[in-house]
Amino acid sequence: MKKHAERIYLALIFILLYAPIATLIVLSFNKSKTRSKWGGFTLKWYSSMFQNSSIMDALYTTLLIALLSAAAATLIGTMAAMGISSMNRRMKTICMSITNIPMLNADIVTGISLMLLFIALGAFGVKFGFGTVLTAHITFNIPYVILSVMPKLKQTNKSTYEAALDLGASPVQAFFKVVFPDILPGVLSGFLLAFTMSLDDFVITHFTKGPGLDTLSTKIYTEVKKGIKPEMYSLSTLLFLSVLLLLLLINLAPNAKKISAENKGNKK
Amino acid sequence: MSNKLIDLVHISKSFDNDMVLDDLNLYIRENEFLTLLGPSGCGKTTTLRILGGFENPDQGQVIFHGEDITHLPPNKRQLNTVFQKYALFSHMTIAENIAFGLKIKKKSKAYIDDKIKYALKLVNLDGFENRKPDSLSGGQQQRIAIARAIVNEPKVLLLDEPLGALDLKLRKDMQYELIRLKNELGITFIYVTHDQEEALTMSDTIVVMNQGYIQQIGTPEHIYNEPENAFVADFIGESNIIPSTMIEDRLVEILGAKFECVDTGFGQNRPVDVVIRPEDIDLVKPEDGTIQGVVTGLIFKGVHYEMDVMAGGYEWLVHSTDMFPVGTRVGIHVDPFDIQIMNKPESEDEEAVISIE
Repeated sequence: MKKHAERIYLALIFILLYAPIATLIVLSFNKSKTRSKWGGFTLKWYSSMFQNSSIMDALYTTLLIALLSAAAATLIGTMAAMGISSMNRRMKTICMSITNIPMLNADIVTGISLMLLFIALGAFGVKFGFGTVLTAHITFNIPYVILSVMPKLKQTNKSTYEAALDLGASPVQAFFKVVFPDILPGVLSGFLLAFTMSLDDFVITHFTKGPGLDTLSTKIYTEVKKGIKPEMYSLSTLLFLSVLLLLLLINLAPNAKKISAENKGNKK
Repeated sequence: MSNKLIDLVHISKSFDNDMVLDDLNLYIRENEFLTLLGPSGCGKTTTLRILGGFENPDQGQVIFHGEDITHLPPNKRQLNTVFQKYALFSHMTIAENIAFGLKIKKKSKAYIDDKIKYALKLVNLDGFENRKPDSLSGGQQQRIAIARAIVNEPKVLLLDEPLGALDLKLRKDMQYELIRLKNELGITFIYVTHDQEEALTMSDTIVVMNQGYIQQIGTPEHIYNEPENAFVADFIGESNIIPSTMIEDRLVEILGAKFECVDTGFGQNRPVDVVIRPEDIDLVKPEDGTIQGVVTGLIFKGVHYEMDVMAGGYEWLVHSTDMFPVGTRVGIHVDPFDIQIMNKPESEDEEAVISIE
């Protein structure tokens, strides 16, 4: 009896959480244009979405910014994590707290402060557009990379780096041959996390993009303001599914590695 | 065996105002098995890290073959280290681990393959080329770490408590293995440990350290039989350390009883410390002993009995194959050459640290 109650309760929570998204997904396949009636299954909203050049532009911009900002944040974040991990305990705590603030900070505060910064920098020729959005995305992505690389660095046996030096490797060789392969899973999941964060960001992009540039999320927002078109359902569905896929990747990738390592260990 | 290979000159090192090494002077000869022995925090590992190039001394010089290498980075030194926790590269196979140093030095593939075969044979792990480090036991990983170091043909092998993580039986086996390896390779081993038994078994020379100072340097026999101060006596094996008075040459008063000894030159009526090893005490009939007492404790230890004897207000630790039940009145006899006289400690650092055991 208790077990049943537990299951029902859990199901209820999941329904509450996912019903809106499920509705959206169902509507994206609805032949009828009205939301209240099921007119049969269709893919026409998807095909018209892919024929809409302004949506395709937004998709291109989104992917480009996600890719570039994730790559830059991964580079900067990994280097930062290495620096932080070699600090003494006190400095480490201070740096990690500073790193955590932007993630906990409300997006709208981050967005507006970045906007104000870019306006101030306007005096030096900074114009709103692709560059400002990219910069903003790199900024908010760095902490996620640091957070996923740090634990890997902590696990890495510090003496393997020294062992590499001892065997004649230069510090650079020692890093790329020994340390980097060890922290690679953390770097990869940091990259994926950053990519995801960039992909689904709306607030910060909204405040830093300026006119004429759109990512998928800002595009959906503008279109929805004008009146809801079914294409937007399919676009939102695609966005949701890609984020879901990326999250699955992030969560499964390190585990898969762990499981295969355990299997290897069991062989002996 | 007589040539000086490494010379540590006036080495000092501190971490955050904490003095770890204070004006350390030590030389290491070619083809020597030298052990740095001491409790944790005595500076032995720091000394090894300075030799390996992982720490820079605040003061002093490291001379290698007559050359000053104090500030040479680790990758430029002709030494190799075996780390405490093996530090194998887990994403590489055993063969790749061993080949690491040789590949960096751009040796030919044939040369590297030969070396891998030779090294694995040397450490009794033939056929392990394609295994991953994770699939090996602790003892096997340690052998691979040694193999990885020696293929580079170092002049000196530094070993930082390499057997610390192994169980007792394996540790004993590895001790003999290390002695064999050293004899086959004919290179210098510098070994760091806190295990006095390990040090006594393997070393040509033992350097006993405590709190950043060298307490005594000598052969295992010398260190064991003639400890220079109470710290060394206490750290190396078990011993009775008794405050006494040197009455004159060859005569010492211990707890009110006069014992003959062989030491001279301490002057007359001088306070000293006396070290007597538990196995050097003979328990005899009360009337035959130099001092009389009562057995207060008895434990069977396998090879011998361990007994506590209360005599002259001091509890003597005695190891003997003869058993005396608790409550027996006994006499204590010690042969003159088994009594080791030491000067009273001049500094705090030389005082025996009982808690170390």
